[in-house]
Amino acid sequence: MMTSRNHIMEQVYTVEAGNFVLAGEASGQIKKVLKQLGVDSNIVRRVTVAAYEAEMNMVIHSVGGELILKVTPERITVTARDRGPGIPDIGLAMQEGYSTAPEIARELGFGAGMGLPNIKRCADSLNMQSKVGEGTILEAYFDIKAR
Amino acid sequence: MVNEGREIEYFMKIRQVVEELSLSVLAGEDFLEQEVHWGYCCDLLSRVMSKGKKGGLWITVQTHMNIVAVAVLTEIACIVIPEGIQVEEEVLKKAENEGVVILSSDMTAFELAGKLYKMGIGPWSE
Ligand SMILES: Nc1ncnc2c1ncn2[C@@H]1O[C@H](COP(=O)(O)OP(=O)(O)O)[C@@H](O)[C@H]1O
Ligand SMILES: [Mg+2]
Repeated sequence: MMTSRNHIMEQVYTVEAGNFVLAGEASGQIKKVLKQLGVDSNIVRRVTVAAYEAEMNMVIHSVGGELILKVTPERITVTARDRGPGIPDIGLAMQEGYSTAPEIARELGFGAGMGLPNIKRCADSLNMQSKVGEGTILEAYFDIKAR
Repeated sequence: MVNEGREIEYFMKIRQVVEELSLSVLAGEDFLEQEVHWGYCCDLLSRVMSKGKKGGLWITVQTHMNIVAVAVLTEIACIVIPEGIQVEEEVLKKAENEGVVILSSDMTAFELAGKLYKMGIGPWSE
């Protein structure tokens, strides 16, 4: 799904809950698109890490959602929007090492509790909203001009 | 490889690593001419994602599909699986398709890292 008008590009990728085989595909696509657009490699790296962590969080912790890439001449936005279950305490979730990942995910090397802190470190700014029973929206912004 | 014109970084071809350590090539036979500049040893994927970079060699006991995604996203050149741990065919096929080299050894991660370090492969540097 791609719309391109006034130098604005938006792509939407569906992320399936619990699907560890497809996990990483959406962030892989995002990386590919940004490289094709000729975005600076340091920015591509940061966006990729954030997109991967947001995608994995939806795979592991949510009932499913979508990852959205938006590119304008000024900035890149990665949005992860899921349909639940929501995060009761975002402050706690943001703490390094905090994780509610189930044993099965931990055995696969997920659940280090570093995803959200990594996203925060990589992004130029981060906006997160969540409502228990409804879902979570995470928006990570990356400035294209000097950081 | 010239690093911003400042210094010459040490590297080896994956092929040399394979030969010197007698590793088995499980996937990516056609990509052994790639360069290895750094090594990293970790089984937590978030750590590898945040640290990993181009030209890396990554030692891990994880063998599921997502290690290929992590290698592709970080542009890690090759994954080394220690202790003779088996890797499923599907994962190897995906690695093959994505151009990720997967190597295997009977040595432990500790031994592999020690030998690689001696051969001149250092940790990530900024
Ligand atoms: N999309 C989401 N839906 C519900 N809970 C989430 C979501 N993303 C993160 N969380 C919660 O925040 C915690 C911390 O996330 P993160 O820092 O990525 O670590 P990890 O994924 O390793 O547990 C998770 O364990 C989970 O409780
Ligand atoms: Mg996470």
